[in-house]
Amino acid sequence: MATTVQVDIVSAESEIFSGPAEMVFAPAVMGEVGILPRHAPLLTHLKPGEVRVRKEDGEEEAFYVSGGILEVQPHVVITVLSDTAVRAKDIDEAAALEAKQRAEQALEDQGSEFEYAQAGRELAEAVAQLHALQRLRKKVGR
Amino acid sequence: MAVGKEIRTKIKSVKNTQKITRAMEMVAASKMRRAQEKMQATRPYSNKMRSVVSHLAHAHPEYQHPYMQQRDVKRVGVIVVSSDRGLCGGLNTNLLRATVVDMKEWNDANIKINICTVGKKAGSFFSRFGGNVVADISGLGDRPEVADIIGAVKVMLDAFDKGEIDALHLVYNEFVNTMTQNPNNLQLLPIQAESEKELEHHWDYMYEPEAKEVLDALLMRYIESLVYQGIVENLACEQAARMVAMKSASDNAGDIITDLQRVYNKARQAAITQEISEIVGGAAAIQ
Repeated sequence: MATTVQVDIVSAESEIFSGPAEMVFAPAVMGEVGILPRHAPLLTHLKPGEVRVRKEDGEEEAFYVSGGILEVQPHVVITVLSDTAVRAKDIDEAAALEAKQRAEQALEDQGSEFEYAQAGRELAEAVAQLHALQRLRKKVGR
Repeated sequence: MAVGKEIRTKIKSVKNTQKITRAMEMVAASKMRRAQEKMQATRPYSNKMRSVVSHLAHAHPEYQHPYMQQRDVKRVGVIVVSSDRGLCGGLNTNLLRATVVDMKEWNDANIKINICTVGKKAGSFFSRFGGNVVADISGLGDRPEVADIIGAVKVMLDAFDKGEIDALHLVYNEFVNTMTQNPNNLQLLPIQAESEKELEHHWDYMYEPEAKEVLDALLMRYIESLVYQGIVENLACEQAARMVAMKSASDNAGDIITDLQRVYNKARQAAITQEISEIVGGAAAIQ
């Protein structure tokens, strides 16, 4: 039996694969890498593509990852930290902008709420003045 | 018989309320189970992530990432995770109270605060309470996705990169069990090295293409995964708290119904007794 390496493929939302393998192929940003047992410790960035795991029985299983990180530890463990979302710099930017805008909008809403309170107070004052005036008028009329 | 019409109407309305709270309790119970499963599902990723990052913290790469360097704290970023909906007992209140206590401490130490809110409750609280809210995520629903939080986390990380904030904290409810949820304040940045037990296996990685690029990508995901986990955990807390709150509401409604029923029976009996004594009295007068 060939030596094997423990492979874990996980994403932030779930565990995808865990088990022994003879070899792992992954789409690193610098080109596809194939990793055998006893590979040197490695940390690399993955681009979207296919991670293939050749299992003990020689069968290959493929998983699609939309990017992520591949880690090789010296004690025969390979970890693929897969992304769940398609990442691109401009998409991230847009999302960040949106989050900011929502916060600003919330602040603006607060402004309008405040005006409500102020308007309410002014109205109450005006009503009180009106009452006082009416009372005065009655007294004078008498 | 026209006795106690008001009481009967009241009993009926309380019964209707009880039906609603009981339904909400059951919905929350099933959602809680799903949220707990989701919470379990995120564990492997964040455990792996944590082990990689703790190796990194102990390794000495040629490049020291800013996320790992301690700085003088002048301004701090806080991500406050709350629920979108109410009717979940004191969950959000307790969390926000704990947050305000922490914020007061920072204020006393003359540290300024940038806030990022997650969930409508935190958003509306800080718009009333005041505070420098720089980002907001709401409407995550029952199945939050990592993609939903990337933007807001990026706002905070960018602020850290630019030196606008010198530390980043995450405030969320920690799920202890169905009855207990505790507000928890976790420091995300700078990254604190985990326990030293891994130190015996001490090595450095090869980085491809370059240490900086890989570490940037890795640490960004690390922070995101922590925030995501906090949100998922808070969701489980929300459902658990709602289930407990709705259970006690249903029980209280039951008590009220029993009391009202008793008052109603008494009034009915008194009316019957009165009628009989009137008839008897009338008959006696005729004889």
